[in-house]
Amino acid sequence: MVEFTLPANSKITAGVTHSASEGTNNAKSFKIYRWDPDSGENPRIDLYALDMDRCGPMVLDALIKIKNEIDATLTFRRSCREGICGSCAMNIDGTNTLACTKPIEDVNGTVKIYPLPHMQVVKDLVPDMTHFYAQYASIKPWLQTTTPVPPDRERLQSKEERARLDGLYECILCACCSTSCPSYWWNSDRYLGPAILLQAYRWIVDSRDEATGERLDNLIDPFRLYRCHTIMNCSKTCPKSLNPGKAIAEIKKLIVARR
Amino acid sequence: MLTKDRPLSPHLQVYRPQLTSILSITHRGTGMFLAFSIPLLVYWLWAIAAGAETYASAQELLGSSFGRVLLFFWSYSLFYHLCNGVRHLAWDIGVGLDIAVLYKSGWGVVALSFALTAMAWIAGYAARGGSL
Repeated sequence: MVEFTLPANSKITAGVTHSASEGTNNAKSFKIYRWDPDSGENPRIDLYALDMDRCGPMVLDALIKIKNEIDATLTFRRSCREGICGSCAMNIDGTNTLACTKPIEDVNGTVKIYPLPHMQVVKDLVPDMTHFYAQYASIKPWLQTTTPVPPDRERLQSKEERARLDGLYECILCACCSTSCPSYWWNSDRYLGPAILLQAYRWIVDSRDEATGERLDNLIDPFRLYRCHTIMNCSKTCPKSLNPGKAIAEIKKLIVARR
Repeated sequence: MLTKDRPLSPHLQVYRPQLTSILSITHRGTGMFLAFSIPLLVYWLWAIAAGAETYASAQELLGSSFGRVLLFFWSYSLFYHLCNGVRHLAWDIGVGLDIAVLYKSGWGVVALSFALTAMAWIAGYAARGGSL
């Protein structure tokens, strides 16, 4: 459902300001979305001023510095710190990206950090990914075959067949694209969204997969696939520079070509 | 799964407006405006058939400053929706979906829709012999 405003319990209130420590020459402000499930209060925006001369270059470095030195209650997901795990996906400076690969100096003025948009918040910058993962499971993201496995070797691919997976297999399921999509905001209960559809396409074009027909059948639905209106926020925001919008267009083409 | 007390993270409130989303919502807006304008077009055509007096009053209504503002938006909507519609057709055959190309075609649509609107109005006034 299209709902432009936030529900009453989600409206953002003013928060706490943490000034820079003494002797700071190179201060940078970070405005960060906070919500504590135990407080019973609405979400708020806290401001933290950091000394950039004593902080690493990426937004994740700043978050870790805040958590270590200023406010241990700040909650966020992170793991690999090199853009391969997808844990630290969040909304930074108005677009979704990975905190670990987003340079602080790319942001003019105050760095505003929110959780991924239009998601249920578990705490602070941690969104509930349960539904997103359930949608991923729904496209059966594994190799489906009917023919027996060759006894003496793997299921082989030619170089060309393998090349078709380039630009697809790199997806780390960080959900930046899906949560940048207005269509997904309004219809995520039934629309699969760009990330899951790119993954679906990854299995559709895999030369070893033998369930292509069923996979396409499963997507022929006014919502699951066709809520994509080619807005293309997804491809614009992908931190891995992949093109989910194009993958969706390719699925639509395959469905037409099959008729 | 959806816990009721959990807040919904901000979306439209915080997401940066950008060419991709702005052109998309404009395509929708212009499409709706064009659809709602169809009765006006029907009225004008009906006025032609209904005789000289009715036609004159229709012309007066559409020629008023309010009518001209409406016609200006209508003409811009038509040209924008036309140009961006071609862009959508290209996407439907899988062409022009790379972000760099998409931004070029997007700005192209913006420029072309304004240019076509300006040309239509210049042509329109020229056809009336330069009189306002």
